[in-house]
Parts: sequence; C-alpha cells; structure tokens
Amino acid sequence: MLRRAGPSLRHFLLERKSSAGYSSYTSEAKMSRPLQARRLEGIDKNIWVEFVKLAATYATVNLGQGFPDFPPPDFLKEAFVRALSGENHMLHQYTRAFGHPPLVKILAQFFGKLLGRDLDPMTNVMVTVGAYQALFCCFQAFVDEGDEVIIIEPFFDCYEPMVKMAGGTPVFVPLRPKAPKDGKLMSSADWQLDPAELASKFSERTKAIVLNSPNNPLGKVFSQGELELIADLCEKHDILCISDEVYEWLVYDGKEHIRIASLRGMWDRTVMIGSAGKTFSATGWKVGWTVGPNRLLQHLRTVHQNSAYHCATIAQEAVAQGFQREIELYGKPDSYFVQLPKELQQKRDWLVQSLDAVGMKPIIPEGTYFLVADISEFKSDVPEVPDSDEPYDYRFAKWMVKNKGLAAIPLSAFYCGAHKNNYNHFIRFCFAKEEATLKAANDILQKWKREKTSP
Amino acid sequence: MLFASRSFCCLGIRTYQQRTDLLSRSIKISASATMAFRHKNTRRIEGLDSNVWVEFTKVAADPSIVNLGQGLPDISPPSYVKEELAKAAAVDRLNQYTRGFGHLSLVKALSQVYERVCGRKIDPLTDILVTVGAYGSLFSTIQALIEEGDEVIIIEPFYDCYEPMVKMAGAKPVFIPLRYKNDGNSPSSADWVLDSAELANKFNSKTKAIILNTPHNPIGKVFTREELQVIADLCIKHDTLCISDEVYEWLVYKGKKHIKIATLPGMWERTITIGSAGKTYSVTGWKLGWSIGPENLIKHLQVVHQNTLYTCSTPLQEALAQAFWIDYKRMDDPDCYFYSLSRELESKRDRMAQLLQESGLKPVIPDGGYFMIVDVSTLNVDLSDVDEKQPYDYKFVKWMITSKKLSAIPLSAFCGPETKRQFEKYIRFCFIKKDSTLDAAEVILKNWNKQTA
Repeated sequence: MLRRAGPSLRHFLLERKSSAGYSSYTSEAKMSRPLQARRLEGIDKNIWVEFVKLAATYATVNLGQGFPDFPPPDFLKEAFVRALSGENHMLHQYTRAFGHPPLVKILAQFFGKLLGRDLDPMTNVMVTVGAYQALFCCFQAFVDEGDEVIIIEPFFDCYEPMVKMAGGTPVFVPLRPKAPKDGKLMSSADWQLDPAELASKFSERTKAIVLNSPNNPLGKVFSQGELELIADLCEKHDILCISDEVYEWLVYDGKEHIRIASLRGMWDRTVMIGSAGKTFSATGWKVGWTVGPNRLLQHLRTVHQNSAYHCATIAQEAVAQGFQREIELYGKPDSYFVQLPKELQQKRDWLVQSLDAVGMKPIIPEGTYFLVADISEFKSDVPEVPDSDEPYDYRFAKWMVKNKGLAAIPLSAFYCGAHKNNYNHFIRFCFAKEEATLKAANDILQKWKREKTSP
Repeated sequence: MLFASRSFCCLGIRTYQQRTDLLSRSIKISASATMAFRHKNTRRIEGLDSNVWVEFTKVAADPSIVNLGQGLPDISPPSYVKEELAKAAAVDRLNQYTRGFGHLSLVKALSQVYERVCGRKIDPLTDILVTVGAYGSLFSTIQALIEEGDEVIIIEPFYDCYEPMVKMAGAKPVFIPLRYKNDGNSPSSADWVLDSAELANKFNSKTKAIILNTPHNPIGKVFTREELQVIADLCIKHDTLCISDEVYEWLVYKGKKHIKIATLPGMWERTITIGSAGKTYSVTGWKLGWSIGPENLIKHLQVVHQNTLYTCSTPLQEALAQAFWIDYKRMDDPDCYFYSLSRELESKRDRMAQLLQESGLKPVIPDGGYFMIVDVSTLNVDLSDVDEKQPYDYKFVKWMITSKKLSAIPLSAFCGPETKRQFEKYIRFCFIKKDSTLDAAEVILKNWNKQTA
C-alpha cells in the first residue's frame, strides 16, 4: 500500500477554502492514506446489522434474532438490584480482571462437579464479555496466520470472521440431512457429519475445531458417539477443541448434553465456553466464561488483559448469586435449569405444530431455542430470481418480514460464502418467546396459508 | 477429593469413565510428558503476558493496606446514577441484546453532549461506537487502524496498555518522553513538556498514529492549545492519525481548560476521541466507554467491535444514557456532576499534595486527572539489599506496602525500556478516595520519619 508523507492536494484545497475555522469543515475532509488494517478484509459484512434493522422496521412478530422476549427469572433480577444498591458501593468499581471472585469460585465449583474435576477458580476459569468475547479470545490466543480451523456447518456466523481476523483459514464440513422415516418430521439428530468427510478435513495445518453443541441454528445435540468421533480426531491430530456450549441447559426430550471436555484425552485440549445470557435468559448482561486447563487459559488471559481487561462487576455479582441458587437446587424441580428447558420444550412443540399445519416443514430441534423449517412449499410466494446473488432464503426472509410482519433468519446466513446455496430453502425461528408472541406468529402463518389456498 | 466413578461399556465403542482425582492426575502427568504439547500461544501475544496491575492489585488487596495505587474511586457514584440502573434493570426488554454499536438512547445522549462540547454535528449512528470501557475503545481503534509495518508514537509516561496493544497489532511503538523543565520549587504537571524538535524527529513515513492522553495519566498534565497545535501540525504534515485518550476530560482544575485536539483545524478527520463512563461518573466497574470520530474511521472500529464482542451491556448503557441526559440539561449549571466532581477532587488533590509536602516530599501538582506523582528519592530509602532485578520504584512500592501499609504504583510501569531509569524515582498516588482513606494516609505519612531507622 502506498503511504504518502505529505498531505493530499484535496486536503490543501479544503484548508484554503475554510476561513472561519473548524466548524466550517465539510464532512468530506478525509485522510489521504489507506486506513484500515488488513485484518479487517472480508469481515465487514454482518447479517445481523441488516436483519435486526428489518425486524425493527417491519416485524410485528419477531422470531428472528436469538433472545428471549420474556424476562430473566426474578431471583436473578433481585440479585442485580441488591448488588447495585447495596451498602457495598465498591461493586460499581473494577473487580478482578479475570473474573469477579464470587463468580469464578461458583463456576469452578459448579463445572468441577459436572466434569468430575477439581477446578481452580483462579486458573481454570476466566470471565468474558459474553460468550462472544470468549470465542474472540480463543481465536486470538491460538490461531496464527496459516492455521486452519475446522468449522461445522451450519455455524453461528461469527466463527468464520473471527478465524479470518486472526489470520486463520476456516475449513468447513457440513452436517448432512438424512431423510426421516416416512411420515415423520425431521429431527436435528438427522443432520450428521460424515466421518470420512470429517477426517479428510484435518491437515497438519489444522490448529483447532469449533464445536457447538447444542448447535445454533439446527438445535442438534451431539451424541456421545459423535463427540467421540471428534475427540478421536482431535487426539490423533493433536489439535484444540473450542467448545461453544452456551445452550447447554436447553436440551429436550430427556436428552443429555455431554461435555466433550469430559471425554478421555479432551480436558487438556478443550476450552469450554458458557453464557449467562443463555443460561439465565439475560442476553443483555453480556457475561460469559471459559473453563479449561491453565496452560490454555493463561493465553486467553493474555488476550483478555490486552483487549477488554475487566468485565462489568454488578452483573458478575448477580450471576454468581444465580449460580449459588442453582447449585443448591441442582437436579430439583425448582431449579431454573430444569424449569427453563421444560417451558421451552412446550414452546418448541407449539411452534412445530404451527409450522407443520401450514406446510412449513420444521426440523425438530433436540436443543437450543432455535428451530429450522423447510420452506420449499412456500417458494412460489417469493419467485426465484435468476442471476440473483442473494440466496433464495435471504430473499424469502426479507419478503416475509416486509409483507407478513414475521421475522426469521435465513439458514444460508450460517454457511460460508461458497456454500450459501447448498441449503437455501430453510429459515430459522427463535421460540424463546411469550405464548402471546407464538400465538401471533401462528395467526400470521394461518392467514398466509388461507391466502395461498384460496382462489 | 474422590469423585464417584462410573463406567460405561459399549460393544465396539471406546468407553469413558470418570476417574478418581488421584488416578486422573497421574494419567495427566504421564500423558503430558509423552504428548508434545504444541499448543503455544500465537505470535501476536508473545511477550505480552505480564502486567503491572496483576502484580500490584494482588498485593494491595489486603484490607489493612491504605490503597492509593490502582485508579479506582472508593467514593460512591452519585445516587441518581445507581437509581437509573435500578430503573433500567426493571424493564424486561433492557435485559436483552441491544444495538451492537451502541444502545440508541446512549449514542443519542453522547452525541448531544459532545456536539455541545465540540461545536460540531456528531451523528449518533455513524460517528460513535460504544465499547467495553475506554480500554475497549483503545483496542478497537488500534486493531482497526494499526498493523504490521506501522509505527505508533507513544508519549512517556503512558497508560501501560498502549504499548502491548500496539505490539499485539504487529506495529512498532516509538516512545518520546515528557521532560521536566522547571527550576522552581513547586513542580506542576505543566512543567512536564515535549521537546518539539525531538517530537518532530519521531515522525516518519511509517508513522500511522500518535496516542495522546490528556488529561494525562499518571502525571496529570493538561495539554495546552499550543502544545496540541504542535502535535496537530505534525499529524497533518505526516498525514497520521491521532488516538486521543480523554477519559479524564471533566477532571481539570482551576485555571485549566481541557481542549479536544479533534476540534483543532484539520484534526476531526484524523482523530478518534475516547471517553469513559467509569471516569465520568465514578463507576469504573461499569466498563463502558466510547469512541467518537468521523464515519470513515469509526466504521472500521465498528467492524472490529462486531467481530470481538458485538454488543455491550444493555441495562448499563440505558442507565448511563439517562445519567447523561440529567447532566446534559444542567451543563450551564455548576451542580452538573462533570463540574461538581472536579471541584470535589480538587480539594482532595490539594490535601494529598499538602500531606506529601509535609512529609518532606515534592509532589508534582496535577492540573487534571486523579493521580499525583512524587519523587521519592529524597527519602533516601536504601533498597540496595533487595535482591531483585526491578527498577527502584518497584522495589520502593513493595517495601512501602509491607512496611508502611500504604500502596502506590511505580512510575516505571508506564515507561518504555529506554526511559525506565529516568522515571524510577517516581511513584504514583491516586486521590479519588474518601476522606477516611486520606485520613489513614495522613497518619502513615505523618509517622513516616518516626519509623524510618
């Protein structure tokens, strides 16, 4: 890139034009040299910017972006208020940079119990600004230029740009749908990795694999066999596993969320990521965490102390109290981790019914609060546009929010550029919504069906 | 500690079982001995793992120590700020995700306040990014605009994160020290100045940016218009960016005025101005900051932000917005918190200075900020027997913490490698402390000479 030492001619002209001083500068005055760092190349686009705006403008029923429209539980809100208004006003000041002591202590205790390990809160746990920042720290800490990172499609969209920003090369491997049994609806369990295909993606440049279970957007809960397949390859190729488990509590039909870090040989090479936002229905609090061995977490700490450093104190204090309650109620009917999936399962079933009734074919998710539906039968409403570079489901989702007021996210948003047209007749709905919202969605769908079938 | 062990046995499939802790440890040891652990850190963070705060905040965590070290208030934030947070948290929607680049009501409030201060139109959606503290703004700015091959000028002493952040971006920090120029008796932060010729020499075709911090941490210097003009002229001449860390912008004392370099001719288009809720409202634990600048620069910071943490806390942003509206409406009124906090701190500054002077020390009186540096070499504390390869001020502070139960921060933590010698006789005190803390410091300082052998 050419760097010039002197000011541009344009700048000189602007300077001469101005007489009254700074306020008369036009907003067009710009630096003449190239500005942005190369690490930003190709990562500027973001689906949420567009779809959040569309939903805000047109949606009467928003099942798009993944957040609950019901509040966090009372015990959590109360903990927040106690923390901010209590005698200890030092909770409004910096806390320990790698995690507020009460929070890391309870997380170490809680996850230690689940993993069957003795965890040190100071070295095996680090708090982050949401799971999002935890992911960022992992990629920055471990992915260098030239490293390959395996990403399973469909994937939470930030993995790809984060790998690229770290100079890495994302290598994609798809979950492939197997046809369901006759007459049955597809399940997220029917989307599976081809073991030979997965194995072929590993090379000597592979640094890590990103695992997301339960999976956003499909809702797949990886089985023990599937996790062992991945674990075997991780061990064989000596690579790291970045395990995004933010939906760990949202599993249905008696399924079990298995933590890959608990499989043999995996603790030492896995960073487990969690989220208070998803755990406690408080996405706006942006509290996340990483759990793993010190020799991996030490490098996350280095990234964290040079990027965000401290996380907000009050929310950490409240989340710590939330976990304190949950550790005492673990496994009991009153536990939020028992109640929330129970409620969400009902909502899932409700939405499945709604969609099935109108001809959208839902893929029943085993976990998360997302559901993907096949819109092939609705394709006629939004005709194919030849030579359009937008995948069909994008156009469908945009048309649907503008014309029907119902917001959802196109599945191709969760695929890399080259694969966006592989699965372009699916859309993702979020069902972490009040009953009234889901009813309203149903009304829209029913009306739409009537309009389609009436002459 | 033993854990219950379960074993599963499935035909043809590898088993997994939870082991006893003892067994798992021994297996782990043997496994790690044989496994060539190739999972090193990336090059970008090589050498960036140590940090002065990790060392000193641990030491000062002992409640029996009078902590004038780390820069955090032990005074309460204003009550309306806490009330606004309680109100925000009670609204269901405000506990969920908000706009990634900044909660709408907050960016609107910020644009109003800063339009007034800067005298120019600021678009809340394109000219502002809300970040996790000013720290996050520094990171976003540097990641967005700085890369390998670039040089970034850093004025010493500097807030310590500038250097590792520049290095993490692959660029080269180029240091220039503030130099003390005063023959008089009562040193002031204004006596620490840049040598214009020396500064000009630091600029070359590789210079991508200069980082400016005014009011300055740790010295408390408030750069004058003339000093800013020198920097601005060089930025324009060499077409460089200016990253202006102005977190202490409201904390300027009598007779001084905080001037935003972005308001100088030719500077808006090349400056990112960074602010902090923590320092503005005495809520460092809220970790909210912002970057303000022209759209064509801010848009790159927004790209970094959407790929690092995406959104900041919603209830905190809403509460901050409401607090800003309250103070925006009274910006002509002396009761505005921006001015009342400054007045409160000025008297604490004067008290701190007096305490140090009465102990025979010569503190550098800051024109702004809430830190004060002081040359401790005049105390002649002999630490030559302390067998550590650390600068004098590190040793002094550790000794002071142990033997005097008073903490501060060594100034050489804020210097590049060449200048550590120059600054190792200084330590930094933080005076945004409640009266009882300053009272306790007074006792220690008054008794200092009595206890020294």
